Amino acid sequence: MVSGTAGVTVLRPGLLTTVQDLGRWGSQAMGVPVSGAMDSVAHRLANALVGNPPTAATLEVTLLGPELRAERALVVAVAGAPFALSVDGQAVPHQAAFALAAGATLRFGARQVGSRAYVAVAGGIDTPPVLGSRATHLVSGMGGLAGRALVSGDALPIGWPPSDTVPRPARPRSAPAAAPPSSAGHSLRVLLGPQDAWFSPHDIEVLLHGVYRVSTQSNRMGFHLEGPLLTAARADGPLSEPVPFGALQVPAGGVPILLMADRQTAGGYPKIATVISADLPLAGQLGPGDVVRFAACTRAEAHAALIARERELLRLMPEESGA
Amino acid sequence: MTAALTRPRLHQSGDSLVLVEFEARMAPEVNARVVALAAAIAGAGVGGVRDVVPGFASVGVHVDPLRFDAAALEQVVAHAWDVAAVPGVTARVVEIPVCYGGVHGPDLESVAASAGCAPDLVVQRHTAATYRVYMLGFLPGFAYLGSVDASIAVPRRPAPRPRVPAGSVGIAGLQTGVYPSDSPGGWQLVGRTPWRMFDAVRPAPAVLQAGDAVRFVALPHDQWDAHAGGPRW
Repeated sequence: MVSGTAGVTVLRPGLLTTVQDLGRWGSQAMGVPVSGAMDSVAHRLANALVGNPPTAATLEVTLLGPELRAERALVVAVAGAPFALSVDGQAVPHQAAFALAAGATLRFGARQVGSRAYVAVAGGIDTPPVLGSRATHLVSGMGGLAGRALVSGDALPIGWPPSDTVPRPARPRSAPAAAPPSSAGHSLRVLLGPQDAWFSPHDIEVLLHGVYRVSTQSNRMGFHLEGPLLTAARADGPLSEPVPFGALQVPAGGVPILLMADRQTAGGYPKIATVISADLPLAGQLGPGDVVRFAACTRAEAHAALIARERELLRLMPEESGA
Repeated sequence: MTAALTRPRLHQSGDSLVLVEFEARMAPEVNARVVALAAAIAGAGVGGVRDVVPGFASVGVHVDPLRFDAAALEQVVAHAWDVAAVPGVTARVVEIPVCYGGVHGPDLESVAASAGCAPDLVVQRHTAATYRVYMLGFLPGFAYLGSVDASIAVPRRPAPRPRVPAGSVGIAGLQTGVYPSDSPGGWQLVGRTPWRMFDAVRPAPAVLQAGDAVRFVALPHDQWDAHAGGPRW
């Protein structure tokens, strides 16, 4: 991809819009967090719809969407949480590629369910990679556009797609891949551990039968979960050790914290359980006030669920896309 | 002196992280095994491995669950255990200049008070030791160093500061470290280095890596500018 000139101007940034990709892997030994899309499935789907590889950067939109003006003719797709989308007043479909003429403005309206949508532009958001990734890590100010969320007036460079892969605007695909169902609350499957032995059987039961609510003190680093408190049977934490996306750590106060995309590389709190990879995109669609439950599963179930999710994603992708 | 070490255990954290766990203690001989094993795993090209991360007493191996070759990782771990070099012989020594006290070390006086000695003696003890970098974490480029002289091992401040300036050198219990960027922080600040401890666009972004040996060297406050932005290597 040729480094782009300004392809998109941010007219209004929305609540929290950041440049994201699949994350900054390979630098955690230096203490560099992975970051990346909270819902990587929606990110990949948006990219595939415009003919990008899954590694291309998209815009992650949170709860309230932006207004974006094309400075040249672009092909765009939005996936993830379904918003009412319009281009210069004309409705355009969710989860399908559409053309954005030079000077046209894409507006985000009402959101139905979920919290995060991904805007892919053919050619990718072409901000400079840092340590191999364009993902924005807000706390350390790394990556994306100057390490921060977008603000009004920002000019986003867009890469030039290879000419032979410019997609034709495609027909809409079926239901969202990852956006959660609207009301009933969401169940995330977990594998217990790595420090489940630090908790009493009673606390494990509390976790698996409790109803939790994502608190307003939640962000891309982690979700504080309001609900039944958990108490580790040991007062000392483990020595600080590497932690994954989806770990459910329990600090001394007993309020569990679900570690998300911008988590630190390591932590010294006991982790009672870890959300399985297949359900991380669903977790990434949660927002403040959403209700969540946890269900234990086996390793075999976690693996089967991940394979099933990848098959479903392939089904949603355009046929010519191998991504 | 390392005879008591036991073989590491592989432990899963969810389906995307394998922890190779050694004895759960903060000790140079344990961490030396961690650093050696992390290097062996990173160099082995095991299928599906995304990132290899040393902890105090464990190696975190982040994997793509659909591509991860678990048997290959187990082989690397077993082999590395059998052939591991004597710990500590290859450590790099990094000498970090620090302006102690005054505006750069606002907690030096109170650390001295709780140690029951003069501030100069705190500086002398902090600079006398050679520290081990156990791991990096918390912030890009933040290295956990141990161990400080027990007489100056003060607890964290009761309330963290909302903003600790980049380069500040702090003590928290037996640990010491340098804040690589402005951030909130609760460690007791005894000094500050003019060095930039992390810069993502340098060829080696982090000044320190797990396994390094570190000494702090007292720098007169009027020589700050001469060292600003370093190290120059």
